[in-house]
Amino acid sequence: MDMLSHGRAIAKREWSAYFNSPVAYIFIVIFLVLAGFFTFSVSGFYEVGQADLRSFFFWHPWLYLILVPAVAMRLWAEERRQGTIELLFTTSVTPAQAIAGKMAAAWAFLGLALLLTFPIPLTAGWLGRPDWGVIVSGYVASFLLAGAYLAVGMFTSALTRNQVISFILAVVLGLFLILAGFQPVTDLLSQWAPGWLVDGVAAFSFMPHYEAMQRGVLDARDFVYFASVTGFMLFLTHLVLGNRTGR
Amino acid sequence: MIKVEHLVKKFGLRTAVNDVSFRVEKGTVLGFLGPNGAGKTTTIRMIAGYLPPTSGAVEVNGIDVVADPVAAQKQIGYMPENTPLYDEMTVEAFLNFLAEIRGFAGADRRRQADAIIDKCMLSSVRHQPIETLSKGYRRRTCLAQTLIHDPAVLLLDEPTEGLDPNQKQVVREMIERMAQNKIIVLSTHVLEEVEAICSRVMIISEGRLQVDSRPGDLKKRAGGYNTLTIEVVAPAAEALQAFAEIPDVAEVVSLSSGSEKQVLRLVPKDRQSLAVRAIEVASARRWLVTELRSDPGRLDDVFRQITITDDVGRKTA
Repeated sequence: MDMLSHGRAIAKREWSAYFNSPVAYIFIVIFLVLAGFFTFSVSGFYEVGQADLRSFFFWHPWLYLILVPAVAMRLWAEERRQGTIELLFTTSVTPAQAIAGKMAAAWAFLGLALLLTFPIPLTAGWLGRPDWGVIVSGYVASFLLAGAYLAVGMFTSALTRNQVISFILAVVLGLFLILAGFQPVTDLLSQWAPGWLVDGVAAFSFMPHYEAMQRGVLDARDFVYFASVTGFMLFLTHLVLGNRTGR
Repeated sequence: MIKVEHLVKKFGLRTAVNDVSFRVEKGTVLGFLGPNGAGKTTTIRMIAGYLPPTSGAVEVNGIDVVADPVAAQKQIGYMPENTPLYDEMTVEAFLNFLAEIRGFAGADRRRQADAIIDKCMLSSVRHQPIETLSKGYRRRTCLAQTLIHDPAVLLLDEPTEGLDPNQKQVVREMIERMAQNKIIVLSTHVLEEVEAICSRVMIISEGRLQVDSRPGDLKKRAGGYNTLTIEVVAPAAEALQAFAEIPDVAEVVSLSSGSEKQVLRLVPKDRQSLAVRAIEVASARRWLVTELRSDPGRLDDVFRQITITDDVGRKTA
């Protein structure tokens, strides 16, 4: 009962906090501009001559790497800097409820930004006959990826009262999660490390899971992967917050 | 009722709160006094269920705060130090948010928020973002937040700190109005505040409870309590001698001596009241008493007696 109502109240507050400040608008505009720029100008969407969104989704891990930490950095750091965390956790709100509420709001916000890229698939649909299943699967993958980044950012935000530190830590962690499975990096690693180690490190990475889903392959293991990364990061967040408040 | 037993809080090697025990009954306004860093805020945070104690027990209305902070917090309205608030929200949105957290939904929530806005005289700023409020309104908004679920216990950490005298008065009046059927614990280092609104006062210093008393009784512990200043028309030498002969007088000091008027200070042996005997002495000799002043005792002095010694490593009490 409390879980739902507290979570919802906090989610509503966070949601309006985004839109009461320029953060939301700046984020959405930059996300859309960059997504369009990379898709059309860098990857040459028109020149490739294929009605699919590969060139669009390809860039998401890199866009999120910078932009999601910017959305996540204030979630806890701001509460700690302003001292409102004390207010929050003395009004019979538990850390789990607050984490759930904040996660829901921020993830929904990223989802909204993602939905606003709809002109890109529409363009593909207008120019050719894309496989809509693959496009939907790509969006699902991108949304899950955003959630995983967000959970990383939530964790680093709980660690500090300084938003800049939170941002940098989140970018570094995110970069590790990308690069661990990034082809050039795994190739480099496999020159001296045993194969099982390379595979083990690569298994932590977003990339193989994201790329599989992007190709339209919906495998339960990829869902489990994203769920466990997100869940684990939220668990760490809970640990950090619980440590502070003794719960 | 608040029940605190053998409460201890350590931060690393430092002991912030050291074996503090007390009980507070309904209808009490408890003033929590102490120098900065004495452990007031830490104690209040433990009662509020924000910090877990290292050892000891806290109960609020029979609920163990450590075991079930969520249930205990439903009985508590808490105003943290420095009034942290969500600055970008309007007063109205903030109080609606808190009402929702405190379990009011839909129309109930709005009604509750509106009632509190009225009660705390915030109507004129209700649509203003909190970051644009004056300190006084900010404090009132934070106070409003503590009242929204009509809790049995209010914990107010330095509720009037940094306010101007008029704003202080308003906040004090609000606290007094709420006092009857609640327990209010407020921390402060403003001594006049304790005198004005508290029915009980505790002084904490270096994490230990040094004094637990009524403000009136506490004043009697002041060094100058009941010292009598008398202005009398009499010959200097005779006056000095006559007053010194009063049995309860330890010492007579001449503050100023004119050809006719003497100003004398009479220090009692054991804080007794000297006024009646002094007037008897004067009237028996037909001396005219033009002014008579008995020192009511000052909390500042008591506060200093109890807490300053700690800085040089000696302990009273």
